Amino acid sequence: MIPAIEIQRLNKSFGNLVALEDIQLSIAQGEFFALLGPNGAGKTTLISIVAGLVMANSGQVKVMGHNVVTSYSKARSVLGVVPQELVFDPFFTVRETLVFQSGYYGIRKNKVWIDEILHRLDLADKADTNMRALSGGMKRRVLIAQALVHKPPVIILDEPTAGVDVELRQALWSFVKQLNQDGHTIVLTTHYLEEAEALCQHVAMLKKGKIIVLDSIRNLIDKIRDISLQLRLACEVLPMQLIKWSSIKQNECYIFKIQDYLEISEILTILKQEKIEILEMKLQEPDLEEVFVRMMSDESFIGT
Amino acid sequence: MTGFLTLFHKELLRFWKVSFQTILAPIVSTLLYLLIFSHILESRIEIYPGVSYSQFLIPGLIIMAILQNAFANSSSSLIQSKISGNIIFVLLSPLSYFEFFGAYLLASVVRGLLVGLGMFIVVSQFHEVSTQFPFWIVLFVLLGSMILGVLGIIAGICSDKFDQLAAFQNFIILPSTFLSGVFYSTLSLSPAWQKLSYVNPFFYIVDGFRYGFLGVSDVSPYLSLAAVIACFLVVSLLTLNMLKTGYKFRH
Repeated sequence: MIPAIEIQRLNKSFGNLVALEDIQLSIAQGEFFALLGPNGAGKTTLISIVAGLVMANSGQVKVMGHNVVTSYSKARSVLGVVPQELVFDPFFTVRETLVFQSGYYGIRKNKVWIDEILHRLDLADKADTNMRALSGGMKRRVLIAQALVHKPPVIILDEPTAGVDVELRQALWSFVKQLNQDGHTIVLTTHYLEEAEALCQHVAMLKKGKIIVLDSIRNLIDKIRDISLQLRLACEVLPMQLIKWSSIKQNECYIFKIQDYLEISEILTILKQEKIEILEMKLQEPDLEEVFVRMMSDESFIGT
Repeated sequence: MTGFLTLFHKELLRFWKVSFQTILAPIVSTLLYLLIFSHILESRIEIYPGVSYSQFLIPGLIIMAILQNAFANSSSSLIQSKISGNIIFVLLSPLSYFEFFGAYLLASVVRGLLVGLGMFIVVSQFHEVSTQFPFWIVLFVLLGSMILGVLGIIAGICSDKFDQLAAFQNFIILPSTFLSGVFYSTLSLSPAWQKLSYVNPFFYIVDGFRYGFLGVSDVSPYLSLAAVIACFLVVSLLTLNMLKTGYKFRH
């Protein structure tokens, strides 16, 4: 099957600033894909190139097999993009906005579908309200509706939950999940790992214009899962058997790095054999956000 | 075709929804020019034999208003869309650059025509307005507003701020229209100013348009027509090339 999005050897720089470097990426149809990275990593530049808003310096991008430069018309008609900024045309109402957007895609009579997306996005009673009069959350929904007027098989959402309250975030998540279940390929950019974990199957991490991780979200989380066991023990020196766990001593506590919960019982058994009393025990689970931030800020980190 | 028609329709609605500002206001301000200048100069100047100053001035003012509004339409629509960011909705769509060009151009022409027609209707209530060659009138209205519509697209593409667009408008468009022989015949100018006028493409639009009303003009209407067509082709090719390469839009 043709990939939904295929990016080959893509490079882009703005003057001296290298925005994207040798990006290689293929996203299968039907996938829910996350593009992760801190601000300025190149996420928006990358999707702008896919959407045809920015021209690459070299490399090629195809959406559903259509080159975004040479057959831009076809490529754009199979793609829906929800931009990051809350942009709108203050001259028009919600319905007018959607009717015009349909027209740009060559669709003349789209009332049934427009009514349905208005309904599904909870915008039905705002249909004849001027865009200016809408709250930020409502404007965000209209942006999503605009990206859907032509029923695109591939949908890109650029940080859809930035600056959105908890309730709307939940609503957006379930809406986008539904779209994915209906067969749309979804690409989501975000800097929240939590969001990617809740929604996506695969993830690419961008850092300074390079893809540093390309994996399934499950694998990624497993890889960066480092549990640590903190023990305060009634002993001066650690028994030999415990040396195989790399440990550090901090404030009279030993911190053991473990990969698996089973290792805890191993450690406890050894302590029991050695008759060492446990004064205090604490298990530390990783905070995914923290690990993510650490990984992103670690200069030496170049992928797993 | 639907894409083009939709964008055209949107552009029409955009200025129609604020027609007080986009159609009525320019009609009123141009009528004020007519009121003042014809009052001061009516009895003192006769530019062509048998043609009163008002008769001379009216076609000039009408075409000036048409040109300025054709320019204002595409340029202000584009700069507003760029600054508010909603140009993205058009850029994301499969619309070709040719459709984009055509829609903005035609909307400018329509706005120019509406202002011109409004002017004509009001003015003919108070003055005797002769229309010798309607065909030439229509020809120069269309070509003139097309040129200015295209210039408006160029200005809209190139400007990043309202300030830059205002500079384009005040330092290029306004002097070129004021000095194009709207208020005077270039035959009355010193040779140096005359030469300068003849390299101003706006002069040919005004002169040719006025020929349609009065049947007399500073230069041959055929020369004006050729100059105006050439000018339209040059600015259009330039603009189409900008749009095709994505200059400023798809950087």
